[in-house]
Amino acid sequence: MARRLPRKDVVIVGLGWTGSILAYELARTGLDVVALERGPWRDTASDFNIGTAPDELRYAVRHDIFLRPKQETLTMRNNPSQTALPIRKWGSFLPGNGVGGAGLHWNGQTWRFLPDDFRIRSHMIERYGQGILPEGNQIQDWPVSYDELEPHYDRFEQVAGISGKAGNIKGKIQPGGNPFEGARERDYPTPPLKQGYAQSLFTKAATEMGLHPFPRPSANISMAYTNPYGCSMAPCTYCGFCEWFGCANYSKSSPQTCVLPALVREPTFEARTDCEVTKINLSGDGKTATGVTYVDASGEEWEQPGDLVLVCAFSLFNVRLLLLSGIGKPYDPASGKGVVGRNYAYQTGSGALGFFNDAKFNPFAAAGSLGVALDDYNSDNFDHGPHGFVGGASITSAHTNGRPIRYHPTPPGTPTWGSAWKKAVKDNYQRVTNVGAQGSVMSYRNNYLDLDPTYKDPLGRPLMRMTFDYQPNEQKMANWMAERCQEIVKAMGASSTKLNRLGVPWSVVPYQTTHNTGGAVMGNDPNTSVLNRYLQSWDVSNVFVMGASAFPQNAGYNPTGTVGALTYWSLEAILKYLKSPGALVSR
Amino acid sequence: MWLRTLVLLLPLFSAGSVTAGPDNYVDIARGKALVIAGDCAACHTAEGGQPFAGGLALQTPFGAIMTPNITFDTTTGIGSWSADDFARAMQEGRRPGGGHLYPAFPYPYYTKVERSDLDAIYLYLRALPPVENRVNRNTLPFPFNIRLLMKGWNALFFTSGTFKPDPARSAEFNRGAYLVEGLGHCGACHTPFNAFGANQNDKYLEGNQIDNWTAPNITNDPRVGLGKWSVDDIVQYLKTGQNAFSLASGPMKDAIENSTSEMPVADLKAIAVYLKERGAEGPPASTPLAASDPRMQAGEAIYVDTCAACHVRTGTGVAHLFPKLAGNVVTTQEDPASLIRIVIAGGRAAATEGFPTSPAMPSLGYRLSDKQVADVVTYVRNSWGNAAAPVSEETVRTLRAKVTGAAPGE
Repeated sequence: MARRLPRKDVVIVGLGWTGSILAYELARTGLDVVALERGPWRDTASDFNIGTAPDELRYAVRHDIFLRPKQETLTMRNNPSQTALPIRKWGSFLPGNGVGGAGLHWNGQTWRFLPDDFRIRSHMIERYGQGILPEGNQIQDWPVSYDELEPHYDRFEQVAGISGKAGNIKGKIQPGGNPFEGARERDYPTPPLKQGYAQSLFTKAATEMGLHPFPRPSANISMAYTNPYGCSMAPCTYCGFCEWFGCANYSKSSPQTCVLPALVREPTFEARTDCEVTKINLSGDGKTATGVTYVDASGEEWEQPGDLVLVCAFSLFNVRLLLLSGIGKPYDPASGKGVVGRNYAYQTGSGALGFFNDAKFNPFAAAGSLGVALDDYNSDNFDHGPHGFVGGASITSAHTNGRPIRYHPTPPGTPTWGSAWKKAVKDNYQRVTNVGAQGSVMSYRNNYLDLDPTYKDPLGRPLMRMTFDYQPNEQKMANWMAERCQEIVKAMGASSTKLNRLGVPWSVVPYQTTHNTGGAVMGNDPNTSVLNRYLQSWDVSNVFVMGASAFPQNAGYNPTGTVGALTYWSLEAILKYLKSPGALVSR
Repeated sequence: MWLRTLVLLLPLFSAGSVTAGPDNYVDIARGKALVIAGDCAACHTAEGGQPFAGGLALQTPFGAIMTPNITFDTTTGIGSWSADDFARAMQEGRRPGGGHLYPAFPYPYYTKVERSDLDAIYLYLRALPPVENRVNRNTLPFPFNIRLLMKGWNALFFTSGTFKPDPARSAEFNRGAYLVEGLGHCGACHTPFNAFGANQNDKYLEGNQIDNWTAPNITNDPRVGLGKWSVDDIVQYLKTGQNAFSLASGPMKDAIENSTSEMPVADLKAIAVYLKERGAEGPPASTPLAASDPRMQAGEAIYVDTCAACHVRTGTGVAHLFPKLAGNVVTTQEDPASLIRIVIAGGRAAATEGFPTSPAMPSLGYRLSDKQVADVVTYVRNSWGNAAAPVSEETVRTLRAKVTGAAPGE
C-alpha cells in the first residue's frame, strides 16, 4: 500500500532536458515542483572527471550511463504477424538512465525541422497528388507551424548555446548557412565549430556539384558561453567523446551544463532520484490526474499527489506510462482506432564510406556534432516526382570520434579478425571518411507501440511491445540517399567506396540511432492524436507530455532541437493553463 | 512625502533599545543582514546540521574546537543569555559566568562591532527557532583545555574596544574598515598567525595558510595582493564568486556563497574601497625561473598534457569556468598550498545567483607523483609573466599527507 506524501503543485516524471527546463521555469514562478527520476543523480563535477570521463570501455561498450534491460526493456517484432520477444541487450537504440537522460549522452546535433516538415501531408498532396503517399501510411500534419515554433527553437538554442551559422535570417539568405532552413529571427548564439580536412573536401566537392553545404548546428560549442539561466559553458576541445559519454569539459549542452546549476538553487524545487514512477493516478471519472505513484530505491511505494503532472521521460517510456495509467485509448492497428502507441517512427541511416589513397583525416580530433551537412535532399527540397517516395535526409560529412575500441573502418573483403584485419585497421584508420544520410521515417498503420500480452517487468507490469519495420518508402528513400552520398565521396577524391544501404528488416542488434519518435503524438484531431497542439492530453487536461513521442512522424534530422522547441512552446501554454485550468483546446 | 520621511527616520529609531518586543521586525532584519555579513552560520553549523546549532569541529593548531549552539535553546544554546551577556561574549570573549572563550571565536574582531549592531544580531538569533543540540565544548587536549590560560593570551594579544572611524578618510572607507576589521573578520584567515594562534597585527591581511588552503594577501600589493584589481573587480568577486582574474574556491567559496554574495553591493563597495586604500604590503619581487630549468621543462610537459585543455596553453583559462593562471595572484603567493591541494584533491568554484555553475577542478593526485605536482606548480608559478619561488617535492609530500591522509612518500 503506497504511503501518501504531501501535495505538490507540479509533479515531473523524468529529469532530462524537458523535465529540467519545465522544473526550472515553473519553480521560479514560485510553484512547488518535485521531479521524480528513476535513475541516479549525475552532475559534471562529481560524475565526469576529465581524467576518467573519456573511457570508451566503461561508457560506450559497457553502457555505464544507460538503462539496464533488467530495469525496463521492450519486446520487439517487425510486423503484427510475428510474436514479439524481449530485448535482452540494448542494441539499435540506447535509452539513457538518470538525471540528464538522453540529453547527457547525446552527440549534440541540434536541428530545426523545415517548414514543410510540419505540414508534410498537405504539402506532398498539393505538389504531387494523393498518389505520392506510401501504402499504409498514417502521415499527418503537425498541429503547429514552423513559424509558431520559431521563437521557441530560438529560446532552446540560446539556453543550449548552440554553435552554428544561420542560413536564413528573417527571410534573407545568409552565405555559408543552410539556404533551405526556415526563417530565423537571429543567428545561433555561438559560431560554428572548426571543421576538419574531410569537411573541407566535402564542402568543395558538394559546392562544385551545385549543392549547398553548411556547418551543422552543434551542442558541442565553439566558445565560452553563459546562457540566459546564468550557466556557463567552455569551448569544445574536440576530444571526440560525446555520444554515450558525459562531457567533463562543460562543452556539451546538457541539462547538467545548461539548466541544473540554476535549477538546484530554486528553493521550491526538489528532485527525488532512484524513484520510478509506476502510474499516473486518476480521479474516479478518469478526467483528472491526482498525482503519481512511484517506487523508491528500497522498493517502498509512495503516492505523490499533485495538481499538474508533466510526463518528461524518454519518448518510449512516456508512451508506456500513458498505457499503464489508462490515459488515452490504446491504439489498435486492426481497427485503426485508438491513439496511444500510434505512429511510432524511427530514423534511417545510410551512406557511403570513402577510402582515400593518401589522406590524413585525424578522426580522433572530433566532436559529436562537428561536421558539414547539406539539405538539398531533405524534406521536399528536391523534386520527389521521379523517385516515388516521401521524405528525405540530411547528408553529412562528419567525424564524431576516432576512438580506439570501436572506430576501425576497413575496406570490403577484409577479414573480421586476425593479422590481416589488424593490418587493414592500421592502414585505413587515417584514410577513411564517411558521407552519411540521416533520413526521415513516415508513420504507418502497422508501426506502433502497445503493451505486450506475455512479458512483464520486475514489478509485474506488462512490457511495452514495439512493432516496427522500415517500409518500402523508407528503403527506397534511404538507398537513393546512399547513392547521393557515394557520388559526393567519389567527388571528394575517394579511390574506392563502400555503399551502406538501409539494413532490412530492421534489426534490434546493431546500434543505429536512439531517435525513437511518436506513440503519443500531438494533433488537431483527438481521433488521431493523444495530445492537443499544446502537448496537453486530450483526455486528462492536467497531464502534459513532452518529448519526441509527440512527433506525428519523424523528419530527416536529430530530434532534440524540436523536442526543446516544443517544450518551450508547451511551457507558454502551461503558464496559461495555470491561470485557468482546463482543456486548452476543446474536443 | 511623509512616507519618505518616515522611511528615512526608521534607521534612527531602529538603532534604539534592545528591549523592543520580539516583533521588532526592522531590527531583526538588520540583525539578519549582520549575521550574514559575519557569516556566523559558517562556523556555528555542523555539516548537515541545523543552522546555528553548532557542533562543527574547527581545526586549530592546538586541537579541534567544537563550535557552540547559538540558537536560543535554554539548555543547550544561549537561550538564557541577556543582550548584555551576548555583547560581552562578542566584545570581550567572556561567557555569562565569566569563563573565557577561545579566540577561534574571533572576538578580537567582534570587539569592534557597535553595541546597537550586536543588539540587532541578538534579536535576530532570538527570533530563530531554538534547536536542542548539546555540543561537547571541551575537546582541546591539556594544557589548552585550561580556559584560564586565555587570560594571559588576552593580556598579550587582545585589545578591546569598538571601531573608531578615521575622520581623515571617507565615510565609505570607514564603513569598509568597520566591516572588514569587525564582523567580517577577514583578517582571521588572511593575516598570519603567531605561535600562540594570534593574528600578527604587523602583517595584517598579508596572507596566511588556513586549513591547508592559502588565504592570499589582500592588501593592495600589486604583485601578490589586490593591486591589479579595481574596486569593481573586488565587488564582483565578492558578489558573484568570480571576476576576470579569479574564481573563488576553498573556504572563500563558502564565505562568498553564504555571506558576501548575500550582502548589499554598497557594503561590498565599501569593503573594496577600504582594501584598495588602506595600503600595500608584500614580499619582494621574485625573478621567474628560467624556461630551461629542468623543473620548468618537466612542469610544462605535464601542463600541456593535463592542464592545458581547460586552462589553455597560454594560461588564460576560460571565462567563468576555468580560472586564468597567468596573472592570477593565487598562483604567486609565497605559500603555494592552494595550488598544490587543488592539483592533488581538486576543488569547486563558488556557485552564486549570477554564476550558478560551480565548475569543478578534478583531483589529479591519483596520477601525479609529488615530484610531478611540484614541477607543474612550479611551472605555473613561473610562466606567462608569473614569478614565484619554486615548489619542492617535500612541500608537496607534506601537504598531500595533510590533505589526503596519505602517508608521506606514498
